[in-house]
Amino acid sequence: MLTVRGVSKRYGSVLANDGIDLTLNAGEVHALLGENGAGKSTLSKIIYGYTRPDAGEILLGGEPARLRSPRDARALGIGMVFQNFMLIPALSVLENVALFLKDLPLVLDQEGIAGRIRAIGGRFGLQVDPHALVRQLSVGDRQKVEILKLLLAEARILIFDEPTKVLAPHEVEGLFQVFAALKAEGYAILFITHKLREVVACADRITVLRQGRVAGGFGPGEAQVGTLVKMMFGESGGEAPAAMAPVGGGTQPILELRGASARGAGSETTLQGLNLTIHEGEVLGLAGVSGSGQKELGDLILGLRPLTGGNRWFRGEDASSWSIARLRERGVAFVPEDALAMAAVPGMSVRENLSLGTGAVYRRGLAVDWRALEAAMGASFEALAFPMPPLDSPIAALSGGNLQRVVIAREMAHGPSLIIALYPTRGLDARSAASVRDLLRRARDGGAGVLFISEDLEELAEMSDRLLVLFQGALVGEFPRGSWRLEDVGRLMTGSEEVAGV
Amino acid sequence: MMTPLALGVLAGAVLSGTSLLYATLGETLVERSGIVNLGLEGVLLMGASVGFTVTAVTGNPWIGLAAAALTGGLANALFGWLVVLRKANQLASGLAMMFFGFGLSALVGAPHVGAVIVGLPKWRPAWLAALPWVSASTLFNYDLLTWLALPVALLVWWVLFKTRWGLGVRAVGESPGAAYASGRNPAVLQFQALGFGGVLAGLAGAHLSLSLTLTWAEYMTAGRGFIAIALVIFSKWNPLRAVAGALLFGGAEALQLQLQARGSLISPFILDMMPYVLTLLVLLAWGGSRRLAAPAGLGRTFFGSE
Repeated sequence: MLTVRGVSKRYGSVLANDGIDLTLNAGEVHALLGENGAGKSTLSKIIYGYTRPDAGEILLGGEPARLRSPRDARALGIGMVFQNFMLIPALSVLENVALFLKDLPLVLDQEGIAGRIRAIGGRFGLQVDPHALVRQLSVGDRQKVEILKLLLAEARILIFDEPTKVLAPHEVEGLFQVFAALKAEGYAILFITHKLREVVACADRITVLRQGRVAGGFGPGEAQVGTLVKMMFGESGGEAPAAMAPVGGGTQPILELRGASARGAGSETTLQGLNLTIHEGEVLGLAGVSGSGQKELGDLILGLRPLTGGNRWFRGEDASSWSIARLRERGVAFVPEDALAMAAVPGMSVRENLSLGTGAVYRRGLAVDWRALEAAMGASFEALAFPMPPLDSPIAALSGGNLQRVVIAREMAHGPSLIIALYPTRGLDARSAASVRDLLRRARDGGAGVLFISEDLEELAEMSDRLLVLFQGALVGEFPRGSWRLEDVGRLMTGSEEVAGV
Repeated sequence: MMTPLALGVLAGAVLSGTSLLYATLGETLVERSGIVNLGLEGVLLMGASVGFTVTAVTGNPWIGLAAAALTGGLANALFGWLVVLRKANQLASGLAMMFFGFGLSALVGAPHVGAVIVGLPKWRPAWLAALPWVSASTLFNYDLLTWLALPVALLVWWVLFKTRWGLGVRAVGESPGAAYASGRNPAVLQFQALGFGGVLAGLAGAHLSLSLTLTWAEYMTAGRGFIAIALVIFSKWNPLRAVAGALLFGGAEALQLQLQARGSLISPFILDMMPYVLTLLVLLAWGGSRRLAAPAGLGRTFFGSE
């Protein structure tokens, strides 16, 4: 039905897609499996006409398809269910569906449309009240509306971008039943995911992407979890590289979570009863596929998100209700996931942003001692071997990597005793990434505790003294240094195995 | 039996509520498409002034009415050029439009201050006039705009909620990105909403000078444009609720006029403030309400997809 032939796409120095071939057949669920950054999203955007490939082509029924925009794709019967649904919460289900109908009359025939929604809904297990407002619906029902929208707009090829990420387990089961019903009627489904168990449960055909290339393909009944894990994460499924010398000290806990829970709203992940201790002089690695609750956990530790259960302890004191300011005064540094949104004020200059969160350190009367601030920050940039950006330029003008450097330099400037780092090397070139890792290591050697959150298993293996695995908001595995095999960690990350060394 | 005061208030509520209702309906249309036009006061003034001037020159109030409607549409088109095409800040542009309206209406109307015009004709169906307590009052003695106020409110509601165009307008006001993804052009829909909203605002202004007062005076709208903006919030962006809101505020205005006319002991300055105090109370009461049905994209500029 749809054939992808030799598609390549380059973003800057990254080859996101490198000569990808893929065939989607009618009446089949084709799973596209891969880690974050493997090129799944890029490929789906190309098929949906969002981005145009540098090379290669898409064939529809044997003919080259002209896909210059999502509109072209929709006209050709290609529909996509996005992770963040494109629904309007204030409008009803019916109205959201009507917006995308091809044959919408001048005056809406509400009962007619409602009837069509019910008919299609009944046929594919997508029952939703057509008159309900979308904002009143659960996430699972919203997804049903998205699918209904595509079906009524006469899409024959459906792309699902990580559709299970937002769903509860029983809803996932329901979605697979919908897949089965669609398959039976000859729809073609492209199912993008990084959860192995799901792929094995529902896919007829599997394509594994790794670093922008097709790492392997399987027909019905051919795939095994072990092989898939190896393909996803590379052949280095053996022992972890021992790049970091372990240190002896560090038994004193700095921060402890005891049965900590936090409710996640909407597409956020709910954290369930986490027990976690970060010791002095230790790098605690946290592995997990994106959206497993990493951001929520970081927020919880810093106090950006209230605990709904359990306690947070800081150096032997119950810190459950401490303010962010109090934690920061005690030397907690935070490198968040999205630096521009969470750690910087876009409209202010680099200098002003460097002064944020430093509290009263640079106070001079009611004013700020800018010279002392600049000296301290300059020293921090130097220690990281980062180039100092122009202090007067607005921070929003910096590139992602430079912004990340500013945030890291600021957070490291005052010898923090606890560093919460979410993907600190994301967006940095290899040399800067290495110096960030080096600095975190030196901070650890100086007695600081580090929580190092990453999706890059190799990096985690290199950095961690201890490794935890997070999956769907729960800690599902713990490994002391040197005891993990990447393959085991990979299985836990993707939810394809229930227990390990916990 | 109704007292003369109550009858007076009721009749006045309908008469001064008419222009409020047209203005509110116009602004509702505009805001449903995601645009706040704080310049409404200026548009009303331009409608009142142009309507009066054209009527004074031609002697025909219907031509004046048409000219006022056209003026309103053009004024909103100018506003649309600023905020939709040039993507200027809506609040600042709205205030600028308001002062522009002050100035232009004063300029246009100046030669005809004090002119005597024939206003819009009023009539009362015979069977209503035959009711005992109606005959002695001005109740049900209305011009065409007042008689049409309720049907127009129904029409605006029907268009917004029951037609393809209305669905598109509401989608743009909630999420221009989603509307764009559905193959609609947000700018076109916003311009159309602004145009129709402007026509309604022009009619609202004309009703003041061609029916309610039969005069033109600088700044004769006295904040009605802003009351209408508050009424849009009061009515939760729903044209049918706007009818009740317009009557309530029209009633407040009528009551204070009646009290003043009857030599009330309350200071006239306090009475003058009544509609505005009511406005404050409405905003206060509706303030943090989570059920507030404001279009999600209201006041935001759409810079295109992605």
